[in-house]
Amino acid sequence: MSRLAVRKTYKLFIGGKFPRSESGRSYLVQDANVALASRKDVRDAVVAARAAVKGWSGATAYNRGQILYRAAEMLEGRRDQFVALGEPEAEVDAAIDRWVWYAGWSDKIAQVYGNANPVAGPYFNLSSPEPTGVVGVVAPPESALLGLVSVVAPAIVTGNTVIVLAAEERPLAAVTLAEVLATSDLPGGVVNLLTGKVAETAPWLAAHMDVNALDLAGVRDAALATSLEEAAAENLKRVLRPPAAPVDWSADPGIGRMTAFLETKTVWHPKGT
Amino acid sequence: MLSTRSIKTTAKAWAIDLAIRMVDLTTLEGADTPGKVRALSAKARRPDPADPSCPAVAALCVYPSMVPVASEALRGSGVHLASVATAFPSGQAPIEVKLADTKAAVAAGADEIDMVINRGAFLSGRYQEVYDEIVAVKDACGGAHLKVILETGELATYDNVRRASWLAMLAGGDFIKTSTGKVPVAATLPVTLVMLEAVRDFRGASGRQVGVKPAGGIRTTKDAIKYLVVVNETAGADWLDPDWFRFGASTLLNDLLMQRTKLKTGHYSGPDYFTVD
Repeated sequence: MSRLAVRKTYKLFIGGKFPRSESGRSYLVQDANVALASRKDVRDAVVAARAAVKGWSGATAYNRGQILYRAAEMLEGRRDQFVALGEPEAEVDAAIDRWVWYAGWSDKIAQVYGNANPVAGPYFNLSSPEPTGVVGVVAPPESALLGLVSVVAPAIVTGNTVIVLAAEERPLAAVTLAEVLATSDLPGGVVNLLTGKVAETAPWLAAHMDVNALDLAGVRDAALATSLEEAAAENLKRVLRPPAAPVDWSADPGIGRMTAFLETKTVWHPKGT
Repeated sequence: MLSTRSIKTTAKAWAIDLAIRMVDLTTLEGADTPGKVRALSAKARRPDPADPSCPAVAALCVYPSMVPVASEALRGSGVHLASVATAFPSGQAPIEVKLADTKAAVAAGADEIDMVINRGAFLSGRYQEVYDEIVAVKDACGGAHLKVILETGELATYDNVRRASWLAMLAGGDFIKTSTGKVPVAATLPVTLVMLEAVRDFRGASGRQVGVKPAGGIRTTKDAIKYLVVVNETAGADWLDPDWFRFGASTLLNDLLMQRTKLKTGHYSGPDYFTVD
């Protein structure tokens, strides 16, 4: 007897859950039904991301590193699934390696990017990097998994929470990554993933007053990028502009994507004479 | 049905402003200080300092010891001053203490009193005792409006809620209120529906109109609009007025203000732009 086919609808990932779009809409892409997010899904995702900031930024760097390493373990276990979704094997491997690489940075970035400053007074003066808060990310369209990992991991490893707008034409790997994260001890709301039309949802994310930063890595339309940057200026969001030239996502990323979403806190501690 | 996109644009703007005008801005914490009450009084007068078109709330609701401070801070604003009384929230005190509590709050400047009924007596079937107590407190209120808190979360059944509603109305209560906010189950839509049916039927029978105040657990604009729809469809448009329907709330106001700002500016607002209280 033949089985009934179990057809999968690829859903959003908000606050650790997989809801359909509030609007009830979906679209056909990569031969699958995928949720088409609305502005209200953006709003819900921001609420979830904001709620997660306290716990995630307050967790020890060591703990964040452990959780991200756990995500890499789960990614490894799902390797074949990503390949079946059409991701080149080399990119899947590179994405897992990239994730491990960023996980390792969690308790090292403060040593590299922070500093003990010599000052002209009896103070121990310390600069330490702090997460910016809620970061909106537009994922790169060219590289569905490696590109996505390369923008999400550096934002969250330092303690930020993110709302990711997945690549419009290749969302399946992104939703599968969300399924990996949901089983990785990553607290709900640290990563929120919306599928659908970037041109429709990104303006709401850029104008949202409770979002602290924007990463426009995946915006390829210059006019849209400009309008997003203008909307972001309303509450002085930190904005990482779209790359000027095509990015080779397999190249060494450096620490720039982590430091882009860090604030420097400087402490003056009296030390006597 | 009410949870999705049924009320939008101008209707939503109207509902939000009405809901703001219906809020009894409440602080009932052991840790309340005169400073906090003054800050909340300022918020009650001008909920959104950035927007002069934002209406004031209906009332400020505090403990009796904070009434003098609030009375001073609200003078001339038109915002009512409500005080809980009668050994809030348990109601477990001798009747003399309850009456003295009420009189002191009124004397200090409260023009609305939120009393709690004696649930112990009610649940044991000593209805006369509950009735007499409400009558005595109403008498002690003098000119102040009396809201009777039924604490529906402790009444167990809808029949009890309806019975307690009638008891409170017959004894002279000007408002019936769901909860103290101090027990796990506070205001729910079904309980409010039962109470709205009770005030509707009571007006039909006696000609006197009584108000309803759900309190506790109403935190979002969406919730508030659901209640307004139920008010309109159950009791009728006569109750869609701050004189006859109130929300006992503290966090609700900020969500209303955020939604109001969203409608005005066209983009989503954040909690950082409103006072934390």
